Amino acid sequence: MNDSRLPAAYLRPGSSSFSDFLADQAPDLHPGGRSVPQGNAGDLAPHGTTIVAATFPGGVILAGDRRATMGNIIAQRDIEKVFPADEFSAVGIAGTAGLAVEMVRLFQTELEHYEKIEGSTLSIDGKANRLSALIRGNLGMAMQGLAVVPLFAGYDLRLDQGRIFSYDVTGGRYEETAFHSVGSGSLFARGALKKLYRDDLDATGCVEVVIQALYDAADDDSATGGPDLTRRIFPVVQVITAEGGFRMPDDEVAAIADRVITARMIRPDGPAAPLTGGAR
Amino acid sequence: MSTPFYVSPEQLMKDRADFARKGIGRGRSVVAVQYADGFLFVSENPSQALHKVSEIYDRIAFAAVGRYNEFENLRIAGVRLADMRGYAYDRRDVTGRGLANAYAQTLGTIFSSGGEKPYEVEIFVAEVGDTPDDDQLFRLTYDGQVADEHGFAVMGGQVDLVSTSLESTYTEHAPLADALAGAVKALGQADAGERVIPTADLEVAVLDRTRTRTRKFVRLSPARLDVLLGERGPSTPAEKSSGDGRREGGGSTVPVVDNPSDPTDQVSGSVPPLEDPTTGEPPIAPPS
Repeated sequence: MNDSRLPAAYLRPGSSSFSDFLADQAPDLHPGGRSVPQGNAGDLAPHGTTIVAATFPGGVILAGDRRATMGNIIAQRDIEKVFPADEFSAVGIAGTAGLAVEMVRLFQTELEHYEKIEGSTLSIDGKANRLSALIRGNLGMAMQGLAVVPLFAGYDLRLDQGRIFSYDVTGGRYEETAFHSVGSGSLFARGALKKLYRDDLDATGCVEVVIQALYDAADDDSATGGPDLTRRIFPVVQVITAEGGFRMPDDEVAAIADRVITARMIRPDGPAAPLTGGAR
Repeated sequence: MSTPFYVSPEQLMKDRADFARKGIGRGRSVVAVQYADGFLFVSENPSQALHKVSEIYDRIAFAAVGRYNEFENLRIAGVRLADMRGYAYDRRDVTGRGLANAYAQTLGTIFSSGGEKPYEVEIFVAEVGDTPDDDQLFRLTYDGQVADEHGFAVMGGQVDLVSTSLESTYTEHAPLADALAGAVKALGQADAGERVIPTADLEVAVLDRTRTRTRKFVRLSPARLDVLLGERGPSTPAEKSSGDGRREGGGSTVPVVDNPSDPTDQVSGSVPPLEDPTTGEPPIAPPS
């Protein structure tokens, strides 16, 4: 940091959006300002896979498996795809890992920047909309096979509840109720969530449901990583409540995962849901 | 054809310095104290919205006195600079020293360029380290000078009174409650005697190295302050306030008459500071 005088643009009153400022001042660093040559680049870079989110009374859980794939190759076994966006929200990413991580970094800076400049945090809808804009900026890349599809979860301090937002590659933003998942294994994860999710779970119960769902995703989707027992690699679980968000410590996640696996030793397809509804 | 008066460079700089100093002296003091877990910033500021102390980055805080619009401008520039660095490189690559340099260059250039009004501000940039030895506190003045401060520092308002009081209470590596009590007592000093500042009028923030989050900056709420300060007796709010989040007069017996030959008086009076302080003549002859 050896620049002399602060550039005039830094002292100019203007937007409290870091993304806008970056696009103005350092367009080379801004993800939206890039063009890639024609062709499909989808096979050149690792892809992240399954992310699941579920709400419980008093909070929301966001979790992701640890695998990144490149075609049939496992590119990384212990990638982290769930990141805190700020104190009360988190974002999980599916799609091209490199671009997704960059997008998360920009999103985190964007939220923090707004908070510092304005002295107050964005509303959760405001955060969700900012993420929408970042995804829309990536549309050109998405059309060449480098799509990024995040799942955004946060605790709404005004409504006193956890909320989940999903996106499409064009930046479309959709609020989900109760639970959702994105990524290659999301179909299987969502099937499991449908059968296992209940709205009266506590935080630990909700984490267990989410881990069951990730197990089912890994069971049927080769790109989703299951719990790695030999290396002790387990999903990243972010818990967000009115007190703020934190990453559940690895040993606690491991304990829950071990419990899930022990039960699957007896019934590999996981817990059986009652045949007719309503029973609890 | 008009002939410009000759104004010596020394005189010109002195005029500009006097102008800036008067502006800064009008406000209320801000105190920065190094305590066991980092830095404590205290100021008397009844406004909840216009802050004098703010967060710049993970370990870096900013405190200022003087003209609000000017230091707010500098603060935003600092946040932009820090976030830009942190995004382009890494969070650890944003340093207080770098930021202090950028501010010093900016203030210095503005002060010595004839075309711009000097900024009427004084700034602290603090960076909390992993250990007390790594803590850094910089003081930046209106003319771009940088000073490295240790222990505690005071700027704006009744600097002498406040720092004398603080000197008597300051101890190294004090716990938060002690450091806060000393700082609040010091801010209550005035020529007329000591005053207990209501907690609602205090703006207090810390850079706390023991925080588990990467962002070490926290504001302390009035409720928390009441607990930390304990019983202090009846409090007296400050006197009349003016705009810009700062207050006139300092609640003391500062002479309210402008003495043009005294650069330290707190009043500009009817003589604009950029005129010759003794004769009252403008530095440049009016067109004839």
